[in-house]
Amino acid sequence: MAKKSNKRISFQEWVEQNVWGLVLATALVVSVGGIVEIVPLFYLENTFEDDVYPEYEELQGVRPYTALELAGRDIYQREGCYLCHSQMVRPFRDEKDRYGHYSLAVESKYDHPFQWGSKRTGPDLARVGGKYSDAWHIQHLRDPRSVVPESVMPRYPWLDESTIDGEGMEKRLKAMKVLGVPYSDEEILGAAEAVEGKTEMQALVAYLQVLGTMIQFEPGRDYRE
Amino acid sequence: MQAKQQYNFEVVKWFAYMACVYLVAGTGMGVFIASQLAWPDLNFDNPYISFGRLRPLHTNTVIFAFGGSTLMATAFYVVQRTSGVRLWSDKLAWFTFWGWNLIILGAIITLPLGLTQSKEYAELEWPLDILIAVVWISYMFNFIMTLSVRKVSHIYVANWFFLAMMIMITYLHVVNSLSIPVSMWKSYSIFSGVQDAMIQWWWGHNAVGFFLTAGFLGIMYYFVPKQANRPVYSYRLSVIHFWALVFGYVWLGAHHLQYTALPDWTGSLGAAISLAMIIPSWGGALNGMFTLSGAWDKLRTDYILRFLIVSLAFYAMSTFEGPVMASKTVNALSHYTDWTIGHVHSGALGWVAMVSVGALYHMVERMWGTTMYSVKLVNLHFWMATIGTAIYITAMWVSGIMQGLMWRAYDEYGNLAYTFVESVAQMHPYYAMRAIGGLIFFLGAVIMLFNVTVTIRRAIAKPSAEMATAANI
Repeated sequence: MAKKSNKRISFQEWVEQNVWGLVLATALVVSVGGIVEIVPLFYLENTFEDDVYPEYEELQGVRPYTALELAGRDIYQREGCYLCHSQMVRPFRDEKDRYGHYSLAVESKYDHPFQWGSKRTGPDLARVGGKYSDAWHIQHLRDPRSVVPESVMPRYPWLDESTIDGEGMEKRLKAMKVLGVPYSDEEILGAAEAVEGKTEMQALVAYLQVLGTMIQFEPGRDYRE
Repeated sequence: MQAKQQYNFEVVKWFAYMACVYLVAGTGMGVFIASQLAWPDLNFDNPYISFGRLRPLHTNTVIFAFGGSTLMATAFYVVQRTSGVRLWSDKLAWFTFWGWNLIILGAIITLPLGLTQSKEYAELEWPLDILIAVVWISYMFNFIMTLSVRKVSHIYVANWFFLAMMIMITYLHVVNSLSIPVSMWKSYSIFSGVQDAMIQWWWGHNAVGFFLTAGFLGIMYYFVPKQANRPVYSYRLSVIHFWALVFGYVWLGAHHLQYTALPDWTGSLGAAISLAMIIPSWGGALNGMFTLSGAWDKLRTDYILRFLIVSLAFYAMSTFEGPVMASKTVNALSHYTDWTIGHVHSGALGWVAMVSVGALYHMVERMWGTTMYSVKLVNLHFWMATIGTAIYITAMWVSGIMQGLMWRAYDEYGNLAYTFVESVAQMHPYYAMRAIGGLIFFLGAVIMLFNVTVTIRRAIAKPSAEMATAANI
């Protein structure tokens, strides 16, 4: 490559002899893809459906989780539920029949962090809210095989044994507010009371029961182009 | 003996040995959680060993404990030997060693307690995240400074790959871990929903693309030519391989989110670049394999070389499978199924672990100035690793494709043909088969640990004069 002239060397020749040049060139090259794919998501108007269709009132139904639901969500993460259950229904016929309406971006806008998951060892839970009774969920979490014999899910008997720390929940709501989740002062101040005496089991079930229920979908309406 | 004073191999020896230990620990954990999926009573109703808490510990142990220790051992070994200088700072290298192991200890304690940020392969909570950033930068800084004081004019190709890996992992780790702490062991990601998902998979796929690929290509570019005693097949190909790979890999994360609520343009872009990535990937794999041109007969006798070359075959296979799975049609079927798990393991067991094992055997012989205690055991390990991997990925191909087909099947009346749990029940034999494949691989790793331990003990016990003779060979 660089044989033609001894004075002018190729870029490759140069970086191979100059470690800081190599560091800089590599640092620039590896940052392109991330910038192109991630940065626009923060300002492009078509990322969230309620920006594209402000006239669709049902999209305004997405609200922050209550203190009890958030406590349940934290337990969902602690137990690693997301490793076997996705929360992202794709726009396919079979997923509509099995789980319900495909998931929208607005539905997880208050999810710090997101819980879309990557694997369905068990079924998707994005729209599990309201499908089963609280009693079913409690029985299922205590002993999955007593209601679904073929299930490979672990039992979670310890969820009945601990209660939610009220003071901790107040802090957690405050942190969420710092991140932009619109909690009111009353909700934050009332967080401890709202979870008073509740078990981890009750919190987790409260979370499961709200999943996918915040938007009342209009039949026949398209939310994606 | 001169070589021993010139380079700091002491820290490399410790990283290399710990890599062998963590390979046993990480694959052992994998066998256990694989068995839990086949026989759920193995969760024992105990929160600390339930699947959801141990699975992150398995991934952290194999990726960061085993993979990380291997990368630190090999990068420090290669940068010294190809630069003709000792590590820039011995103290900093020891800081990296103890810091990294402290992080692993932290993971072993906190993950079973359920302390997690719940982002895959980035589960560790914020205090450990900060420690990771500090230790990682100490590793990178020492590496760059060693290159800057090198005695040869050109920076060897293996070091480019190590360097790119270190830079990219710094970016990824810092951005993806940004979170707001609410207590000592609980924090919330500053990102939410769709942006959080994109950032997580930008991290997630590059944990594979850089940590587990670029870094291990650095290993390939040094250890394959060394073990084969031939120059790298093509210098030009390695230049193209490097720049195309480090530019392209970064884009792939979006293919994990096709058909989700992520805007379509992002997923499609990720899929398109994924297809193009087959070119640099195969270029690199062929560059490694053709290095053996004219010396193929060595494969018959040199078991360490076998590990290295078979790893490249698995690398080529996985990097073909990856773009296929990233294409939209296949992804619609394969996503959320065991096929993904199979794909990851053909890369992790077949490529990453095999190339590491080859490099580790090579380094053990060189650094302790000896030969392996038992070549037969190396050979046995080779066959167990290969057969174990083959069983594992075959089981996951079958179960994954079966899941995908069962979920979308309709009966003649237009109803879903199967309930979800019917697909779960069908998985049982394949989950058992996967556990057996994993067990075979794990036992191979145990044999390696035994063989390496005995080799080192005998080398240390040997009179130093004899060692010097061995080192000169």
